[in-house]
Formats: sequence, C-alpha cells, structure tokens
Amino acid sequence: MSGKRIVSVVRKEVREFRRNRFVIGTMAVLPFIFLITPMLTIFKIPESSTGPQVKAAVGTISLLLLIVPIAVPPVIAAYSVVGERDQGTLEPVLTAPVRASELLLGKAAAAFLPSVAITYAIYLVVLTSVRLGAAHVVRTVVFHPPQLLAQILFTPLLALWSIWVGIGISTRASDVRVAQQLATVASLPLLGFTSLISFQLIKPSVPIAIGLALALLAADTALWRIVSRLFDRERLITGHRRTDVRARDHEAAHQARPGERGGPG
Amino acid sequence: MNRPSTCRCSPTEGTIVRLEVVAELGCPNEIVRLMDRPWFRRRRVGLGWRPIGWQGWLVTGVAVALAAGALTLLHASSARVPIVILVVAVYAAVALATGGARSADPAAPEDQPNGGEAEIGVGGVEQRLALRALTSGRVSTSSPDEPALVVEHLTKRFGERLAVDDVSFSVAAGEVFGFLGPNGAGKTTTVRMLATLIAPTSGTARVAGLLLDPANGVDIRQRIAVMTENPGLYLRLTVAENLEFFAGLYELAQPKARIGQALAAVNLGGRANDPCGSLSKGLRQRVALARALLSDPAVVFLDEPTSGLDPVASREVQELIDGLRERGVTVFLTTHRLEEAERLCDRVAILNTSMLTVGRPDELRDRLFTKSLVVRTVAPLASPERVFTVAGVDGWRADDTTRYVLTVSDARIAAPAVTRALVAAGADLLSLAEEQHSLEDVYLELVDDDVEAAT
Repeated sequence: MSGKRIVSVVRKEVREFRRNRFVIGTMAVLPFIFLITPMLTIFKIPESSTGPQVKAAVGTISLLLLIVPIAVPPVIAAYSVVGERDQGTLEPVLTAPVRASELLLGKAAAAFLPSVAITYAIYLVVLTSVRLGAAHVVRTVVFHPPQLLAQILFTPLLALWSIWVGIGISTRASDVRVAQQLATVASLPLLGFTSLISFQLIKPSVPIAIGLALALLAADTALWRIVSRLFDRERLITGHRRTDVRARDHEAAHQARPGERGGPG
Repeated sequence: MNRPSTCRCSPTEGTIVRLEVVAELGCPNEIVRLMDRPWFRRRRVGLGWRPIGWQGWLVTGVAVALAAGALTLLHASSARVPIVILVVAVYAAVALATGGARSADPAAPEDQPNGGEAEIGVGGVEQRLALRALTSGRVSTSSPDEPALVVEHLTKRFGERLAVDDVSFSVAAGEVFGFLGPNGAGKTTTVRMLATLIAPTSGTARVAGLLLDPANGVDIRQRIAVMTENPGLYLRLTVAENLEFFAGLYELAQPKARIGQALAAVNLGGRANDPCGSLSKGLRQRVALARALLSDPAVVFLDEPTSGLDPVASREVQELIDGLRERGVTVFLTTHRLEEAERLCDRVAILNTSMLTVGRPDELRDRLFTKSLVVRTVAPLASPERVFTVAGVDGWRADDTTRYVLTVSDARIAAPAVTRALVAAGADLLSLAEEQHSLEDVYLELVDDDVEAAT
C-alpha cells in the first residue's frame, strides 16, 4: 500500500470539497446549529438546578455533539464513488496504478479529517464556554472524566463508521442523491448507540468507554474490509458484475472432466 | 450573465466566484476593482489564511478589534463567548470567499506576468522539445523485440450480449496501431480489458510485457496510460492540480517538472492555473492528453483523441502522436476519423465485435480491392474490346460511354501498354490513372459486408 497515493487522493478530495459550496455549506451549517443549541442550553441552567436536571441537559448536549461526526461525513462519503462516476472522472482514476484499498482509504481520510476536526473544534468551544461562563453545577457534569473520554474516543470512531457505510453505499448506488439519502438513513442506528451513552443509560465509566471504543474500532476495520471487497471496477465502469475468472476456470475444469461430478458423459 | 468588460482578473476559481457574485449584484466598477485581487492567501501548511493587500489586513484588524472589544466590554456577560465565535465565523467566511491560491502554488496566476493568459497555437519546436524531455527518462520494461501488446482469443460477454468475440492481434513496440470499428463494435471494451479495468471472459493478453492478470493490475497500469473518450477532469480543480493528482497516483519523481513538460507538450503551458471548468472541450481534451503523457508510459491508449477539436488543434494532436512514435512510444489509437488513421497508423485493425482484418492500410487496400486503371477518352471508343486486349490487362468494363475501368495485375506493365494501344487506335485520351482506394473504402467494404452477413 502506497502512502503517497493515499495522500494524493486526500489532497485532491479536500481541494474539491473546499471549492464546492454545497459541501462547505453542509459541513458548516449543521455543526454551527449544534454549537449554538448547547450554548443556549448551558447558559440557561441556573446555579440552583438539581443534579438530574443538569445531567439531562448535558446529555442532550453530548448527544448533539456526537451527532456531528455521524451526520457530517455521509454527505461527502456517499458522493465519493458514485459522484465521481456521474461526473466521468472515475474511469481515468481507475486506469491509474492505484489499488481499490488506497483509493478508498484516501477518500475515507478526506471525509474523516474535516468531520473530526469540526467536531473536536465544537467540543473545544463548548468546553471553553462552560469553563468561562456556565454554572458550577454544569461544569462539574461536563468535565466528568469518563464523559470527556467517551466524547473524545467515540467522535473519530463514529465518524469512521458513518464514512465506511457511506462509501459502501456509494460503490453500489446508481445515483448520487440515492446514495446520500441511503447513507444518512444507514447512519441513524448509530444515534441509538450515542443516545445510550449521552443519557448515561450506558454509564460511561472508563473501562466501558474503552471497551465500547475497541468494539467500534473492530467494527470499523471490518467495514473497511467489506467496502474494499464491494469495490468492483468492472461494475463501476460498465454496470455489470465482474467476471469471476477463478470460478470460471474452476467450472471449465469440471466441464472438461464431467465424470467427477456425476454429470452426463 | 453579464461580466464587467473592464475586469481583468486572475483566472482562479476564487476570482471567478467573486466576479459572478459581483455581476449578479449589478457590478459597479469600484466593487470590481476592490475585489480584483484576493484579500487572503491560503497558508502553505495547515489551516487558515494570510491577509494580503490592505483589504485583508483591514478585515483582520476589524475582526481582532471586535473580538477584543467583546471580551473586554462584555466581561460580565455570558454573551461574550457567542459574540467572539460569531466574529471568528464571519472572519473565516470572508477569508474563504476572498481567498486566492495557496502560497506554495507554483506560479500562482497573480504572480505571472501575463496573468495566466493562454498561449494557444504556438506549437512546433517547443512542443517537440517538451515531448522529448517528457520521454527521455523512460526505462524499457521489456525487450525491444517483444511486442508491446499481444492479444490472443480475447472475448468479453456481458450477460447474454457478446461485446468482443475471439479477438487476436499484436502490436509492435513503438508502433502506432489504429483500432477502427462502428459504434458498439467492442473497441472501448477491448481497451478497458487491456487496461485491466474489466476482466476478459476468456482469452489472454500480454500488455507492456506483463501477462493480463488481476495480480499484475497495478504493474500494468503503471506502464500504460489511457486517454478516455470523455476527458474526465475535475472541473473545480485547476489544470495543474488535476495533473498533480495523477502524478501522485503514478508516484512520479519531480512531479512539478513533469507537469510543466506535459503541459508544454500539448501547448497548454500558460493555462496551468486555470480551473478545468473554464476550459473549452478542445482544451479539456488536451489536458487529458497531457495527463496520459505524464507518466511516460510504454503504451498509450488514445480513445478518440481528436474528438471535438478544431482542425488546427487536431493537427497538433496528430503531430504529437507522430512525436510519440519517434520517441518509441507505442500508441493504440481508437478513432472514427479514417483519414487520421490512414495518416498516422502503421497498421490498423477493423473490428465489429469480432476482428474483421488487421494490416497496413495499403496492404488492406491490395487485399480487398483489385488493382485497376481508369481510362477516360474524349469520345467513345469504336471497339474497346480490341484496344484493351493488351499485356497486363485482365478485364475491363465501361462505366460510362467515355470512362473505362480496367482490371490489371500490375499497373506498371499495363499502363504503358494501354497508352500505346489507345494511341494506335487513334483515340483522344483525356486521362489514364490508377484507381485509388482510401482506408474509408476498405472500412466500408468490410463493415458493410459484415452487417449484411449478420442480417
């Protein structure tokens, strides 16, 4: 696997995003809304609030912040393959000496880096704001170490999940809009998972946070492998499935020796 | 959209976007002048922008003053943090909207003396020198005697449809090989199989010395280049950025130099920083050609390289193909322009799902058409059967009362004999010429016969 090729793909993708107002707008608006809402919520909580009230409010904020890495990447990831095919740029890329895994890793990294950077930036802003201006009782809950750890660990892992699902759909979808809609829908189950953590139905202790993060990492790796296998050059170029040469040879060998399988002859 | 005629802008996408916005707003000249140059330039490394020009510094100063004011004056208020965030967001939006090229971009348009204007139609010596530089470092990957392409019984089936049927041919190293056929004949499918994009249903091939096999996919693609019929450029990226991406995929050493050489070879040296979306179809085609030359491939597959080009640009591309031949590059040329194939190709293959014929254009003519002489006289001959009974003439027919077509075995023997016979018979000879058949005649003869046979 060539790092240089992966970096080339990342650089090209990022350049394209930056010049696409639709992508910039989508990546900017959602996090901006998700930044304003927690800020308003946090600064409304009075000093006299009870523990459960504060936990519920902070849970909502935490959920919103975990939605960002789930919701932002699918737009980019779902476009990554089918979008290139639609604009006619995929075939020249596939004639270059780049492996499917390199191409997909580059595209995933290009979606991953801005999504995670945006989420961390928003989280940093929220933490700074809480530190500077929120009530003491809010500070205590927000700066609870397992909560912080969960937020930091799950942000990239959730983004990766969302990206691989998006790219996987993109390799098989017939149209960009269909791919983006399907990718958004496919990311929804993750919201259930994040809700469980945010509202502390799964108590985010350090071992649980690390355990869940490892499980998510394993799932992300499995998804990468699956998506790489789904990437079929022939199908992407012609719309037909790849001719399985080995299967064909195997079949031919058996046709030449029909007696072995009890066939006629 | 009415663009202000007074604007002379650097051709970066940022400028174009700004001009579009200004034009939509009615475009007062002051605003155009104000926004004529970028206010910010993207940093070489990392995020952010560097202010350039007084506009950029003014916006930065205002943003810093507002943020500092909010933090100081609203010290006791919880609103100070959202206000600072808002200021930063607005500042970033302004920088994004008015930002120019990255600092490290080679020869950013605003740094160029001609502002990135095109140098179309210069051509000639510079092009050839650039091509020479581009192909000077190629290390042969196979023996010079070994054919660049060997295709044996290649077949491709898509479900029930047979796209390519049992095709065999070989292409020598350094040869320009024309691949002709009607639409849907399987030309592009054959190219895609040889470029490892799709797998053959059966048959084998060797491409640039390597067996056509999924395991060799990356190595084969490293040695070849394909210029697809659709240029397939990233329209939001500049010409140089498009090539830079592919230089990275080919892991080229000194990519910037090679990009410069490739662009010079297709005569686009002055358009490196133009967004591809702003180029005409013909120029995009030339960028795609530059991309195909970038990696100095042993075999170049060109699918309709002159499609959509004007005659001058077509001629430049043809000269480029000639140049590639001189430099020992094997060219596999798919084209509908038969006169182009005849002029450029050492050999041609005519395909219509199955291979109809392969050979040199003159060979094909000889193979398909009998040699003939066309005799035209001022008045009808009294007894042509007597006149044309001479050495070398195998038969004759009258196309018209004064036009006779003679079938000959060797024109060099028959023509003088026929001339003497005509003079002896007292005929007034208007012309005597060998009948010429073009590659188009060969093509039509073969393809029409094939269509008739199929129906």
